[in-house]
Amino acid sequence: MKPLAITSYTVTSAVGRGRAAHLAALRAEKTGLAEQRFADAALPCWIGAVAGLESVSLPRELANWDCRNNRLAELALGADGFLDAVGAARARYGAARIGVFVGTSTSGVHQTELAFAGRARDAAGAAAGALPDWFDYRTTQSTFSVADYTRLRLGLAGIASSVSAACASSAKVFASAARAIEAGFCDAAIVGGVDSLCLTTLYGFNALQLVSPEICRPADAERKGLSIGEAGGFALLERAQPGATACLGAGESSDAHHMSQPRPDGAGAVLAMRSALGTLAPQQVSYINLHGTATPANDSSEDTAVTTLFGTHTPCSSTKGWTGHTLGAAGIVEAAISLLAIEQGFMPRSLNTRTLDPKISAAVLLGARTGKVEYVLSNSFGFGGTNCSVLFGPAPVERA
Amino acid sequence: MTGCIVKAVGIAAPGLHGWSASLDVLRGSATHVPTPESPYAPALLPQNERRRATAAVRQAFRAAEDAVAGFSAAGLASVFASSDADMAVLNRICSALAQSPRVISPTDFHNSVHNAASGYWSIAVQSMQPTTTLAAFDASFTAGLVEAVALARERDADVLLVVYDAVAPEPLLTKRPLAHSAGVALVLGSSAQDNATPLARIELGFAGGGETRCANESLEAMRVANPALRALPLLELLAAGRAGSVSLRGPGELRVTVDCKPWT
Repeated sequence: MKPLAITSYTVTSAVGRGRAAHLAALRAEKTGLAEQRFADAALPCWIGAVAGLESVSLPRELANWDCRNNRLAELALGADGFLDAVGAARARYGAARIGVFVGTSTSGVHQTELAFAGRARDAAGAAAGALPDWFDYRTTQSTFSVADYTRLRLGLAGIASSVSAACASSAKVFASAARAIEAGFCDAAIVGGVDSLCLTTLYGFNALQLVSPEICRPADAERKGLSIGEAGGFALLERAQPGATACLGAGESSDAHHMSQPRPDGAGAVLAMRSALGTLAPQQVSYINLHGTATPANDSSEDTAVTTLFGTHTPCSSTKGWTGHTLGAAGIVEAAISLLAIEQGFMPRSLNTRTLDPKISAAVLLGARTGKVEYVLSNSFGFGGTNCSVLFGPAPVERA
Repeated sequence: MTGCIVKAVGIAAPGLHGWSASLDVLRGSATHVPTPESPYAPALLPQNERRRATAAVRQAFRAAEDAVAGFSAAGLASVFASSDADMAVLNRICSALAQSPRVISPTDFHNSVHNAASGYWSIAVQSMQPTTTLAAFDASFTAGLVEAVALARERDADVLLVVYDAVAPEPLLTKRPLAHSAGVALVLGSSAQDNATPLARIELGFAGGGETRCANESLEAMRVANPALRALPLLELLAAGRAGSVSLRGPGELRVTVDCKPWT
């Protein structure tokens, strides 16, 4: 793909609101995860909840879009001067020439959960009858809701869609944006991802026995599964000038193996990473931000994939020890962390990893590292066997 | 203007049981009778996955399998677009979460992801090619078409587009009242290299104004009752082998125009 400059970006997660809060937490090795409950969920686990969502209010004309997920989108869009940057881009390109691609796995499903809980009960106490009048399917539950909200909030009138490919969703937005710009369907793009806490994912991952009772410990010998978090993040992509920090590649592939288990040989992940690298040699990559969910299967399969392509020397880590697994938002959160790593010359450690799994042979960072960070690869994999890797770094002087 | 070649079409909807069988209706030379579809067992799915595949996944497969006959399906990158993916699973999960104790089926949970159909497809045809899954509410066909055209150009290769939505059970149905389940699939390519003659060349553009409707009342009722069938005006042109232009619903006020020229 042709390089796309990231001219503005922002991230909000359990760690905090905005880039500075993330950088500070990464440097201080301070997690955003806490042993607490979401809503009335009774599961003993750690979660990454974004503070203050209860008091976020949407602009009056978008009040119908009100739900936890769109509040998180609103909170995220308002940080790091992102609204102003998009306003300036809108003036340059025109509202119809900026595409919107937002990743989400569950959109506003928590609103639907509340609606089902609010149904009338029959004499035997079972839920019966219609969903409450206040429940608006299109503006909250619908998968498109968050991309539609983003489009309307930013005053954009071009192509827009929600990309919903489970936990790879907001990595794949970079690929969709790149080909839309290349095809001439838009001149610039807003990419992002928003996924918020809900009962569906907490109880669903629990049913698959993938939720850790303790804080998630990526790549640890004793890892017991993931901690679920919520997050929102956005980036503005424009055709890159040489030297600009850019998205240089977005590789996609399918495992063709299993709906909820990764291929043990990591072959799908290898295809995605190789495609993201394009002509860049693997040894030129300074740091890999791993998908690293801390489930036994993911970390092992990803390690096989990484070492197949990179050998055992490229520094890598999962940052889910800070944010939790933010599912459809993981791609954009980790894109933001990758960009911070490049800007700051800082590679975060694998947080909460006490004893590296002896079966893992990649160079997982057990302590933070500083130094020049030129190219960063970020991995995101999802249910359905969908894989995406995104490469960030300086746009070359001669375009690829 | 950005375009591609349409190489094949698949359709599964009431009274439109496969592309070949639907040609006369779409050309206006036969009456559309919206007879319901019979139950469908995807031919390409392995036994284990077939057992787990939901009605929405089967709906997607029905259109996709109709379109890819004659193609090497494993070699196709794919775009799946659906407004609502699997509302039956959503309905079950949200009902279960409203009860005590809360017990979700693990199979329901993995089937609840919007990309379930795309995942089952890649397993069924053993394709490690890129696949993506989009949603744009009632503009989901348009969003899928835009993405698939861009993907075919990017890869300079054939791409399978599958657009589908399945009817929800109550109580969700009242909140998202689709009248019937339906699926539409296209095989799109950037160049005509195969032996098979393509159907048409299409060019996409943007405009304001209204959507193109189906002249036939019965088809028009179908068009507005399922997001996948927003494709019907385009399918009418393809079936008739006629040159023309249709205006499709976009994500907002924008319309996407599709100029269609038959392959001669």
